[in-house]
Amino acid sequence: MNDNRTVALVAGVLALLTAATAVGQFLKRHPDRGLDPAAIRAFNNRLRGWWILCTVLAAAFWLGTTATVVLFGFVSFWALREFITLTPTRKGDHRALFWVFFLFTPLHYVLVGLNRYDVFSVFLPVYATLFVLARVAFAGDYKRFLERTAKIQAGLVVCVYCLSFAPALLQIPIAGASDADRTGNFRLLFFLILLVQFADCMQYVWSRMLGQRLVASAVSSNRTWEGLLGSATSTALLAAALWWAAPPFQLWQATLAGLVIAVMGFAGGMTMSAIKRDRGVKDYGTLVVGHGGVLDRIDSMCFAAPVFYHITLLVTGVRPG
Amino acid sequence: MTASALPVEDDVMLSPADIAAKEPAPPPRPSGRSPLCRVAGLGLAGLARLLAGASARWIASQPDTCQRVYFANHTSHLDALVVWASLPQAVRELTRPVAAKDYWSRGFVRRWLAEEVFDAILIDRTDIKVHQSPVDMMLREAGTTHSLIVFPEGGRSVTGEVGEFKSGLYYLAKKRPDLELIPVHIDNLNRVLPRGEFLPVPLLSCISFGPPMWLERGEAKLDFLARARRALLALKE
Repeated sequence: MNDNRTVALVAGVLALLTAATAVGQFLKRHPDRGLDPAAIRAFNNRLRGWWILCTVLAAAFWLGTTATVVLFGFVSFWALREFITLTPTRKGDHRALFWVFFLFTPLHYVLVGLNRYDVFSVFLPVYATLFVLARVAFAGDYKRFLERTAKIQAGLVVCVYCLSFAPALLQIPIAGASDADRTGNFRLLFFLILLVQFADCMQYVWSRMLGQRLVASAVSSNRTWEGLLGSATSTALLAAALWWAAPPFQLWQATLAGLVIAVMGFAGGMTMSAIKRDRGVKDYGTLVVGHGGVLDRIDSMCFAAPVFYHITLLVTGVRPG
Repeated sequence: MTASALPVEDDVMLSPADIAAKEPAPPPRPSGRSPLCRVAGLGLAGLARLLAGASARWIASQPDTCQRVYFANHTSHLDALVVWASLPQAVRELTRPVAAKDYWSRGFVRRWLAEEVFDAILIDRTDIKVHQSPVDMMLREAGTTHSLIVFPEGGRSVTGEVGEFKSGLYYLAKKRPDLELIPVHIDNLNRVLPRGEFLPVPLLSCISFGPPMWLERGEAKLDFLARARRALLALKE
């Protein structure tokens, strides 16, 4: 909190949320405006979710790097349990799953917290994969072997590995900042979260307003090419407007990052829709009112985080770890 | 692992007043338990809900402290614990799971949990006497205040399908027609802790409570058991 940019960012977010809440409450009290009451309710529920999200994030940021890594670890854990719950597994997967949940996931986040990029970047994609393949084989059930191991692998990569790149942003050394001063890193992480959320909303808004051509009607009935284009443009503009908040970026780099975040977020949403369609469900759970499950909230983030992380590495030109 | 299919020697209906007259009232459990056990109970209920990711749904039904028999499908050793934990605390303190003695009295921890913390009624499946039928024992233990959690299939299903009900539920309903029978559907717990495993995988499960039902006047045993099973299956959506 010791610099003007952070203060500006926090004040901006608070002002935006307060204004949106005021509008939401006004619309709720005056139902005669010709607006769909269900849409107003959805909007208010979504806002409540954001208040919760912002409060939790602020608390984690205030407590520091370790607390934030732990927070993301729990989010990954919960997302993974939603993911595996919805994918059918067989009894032969049980022991492998136990270690995936209680050893690989926590250990990966420990490695992230210790800033061991050299280890954590291969730990899950290589070693966890080898373990799962072998453990399921040892369990002696060969029915649909590749399909089953691939599901566990996909869950680990999306819910744990990819998401962990978000807190890993806190470990990237930023030119001009001392090692102890991580404020810039927290702003960077917040920049990512804000843009991902914003891109999600813009996708929805543009699809609603101009949406004509569905990307894949069988997978998602509301994601359109217009939504993607609109979301990418709006997010790039917001990123440009906020470039001062993300320390290592120049204006054009921030704009490009915004564009990439929006496209990756869209891809994440499409992917999770495909999985949900296949399993015949709409939402992954009911944790925060109106927000579906945890996985519904973080699908875009899971896809955007690793790309944003590596863009940041490129821009800063440092070697990680 | 509830009532077996044993013959019940008398078909006399018991009213709550009869029971109160016949049996010495069981000690009032919740207040009788030590604070440690109550805290352990709260912790255990929380832990069970967290680990099994259990969400409780009440479908056309409300939690209530009146005397009830919750009957559920049986898929995992965790069933009794998680159904018990899914009840609101006030209801939970009056509800006693009926469980198999051979499993729950093995080892110090399990026995302590079953006897002191969730106050289970342990039924010995290997030593059932004619004069001590499990149904009578359950009703005696339930007295006039406690509710029961029973598993009318009599054992854990291997396939995940809900098996045929044994007749214990019928005799329970016949002897105490005043008890509300609540169907409970347990979904996904068999994946959290399948048969033959001892380490749980923390997936999400769902416990659905249905509307109360009773034994109709003159309803045949098999008709009643089939109706109860359908009521349970209907909660599966």
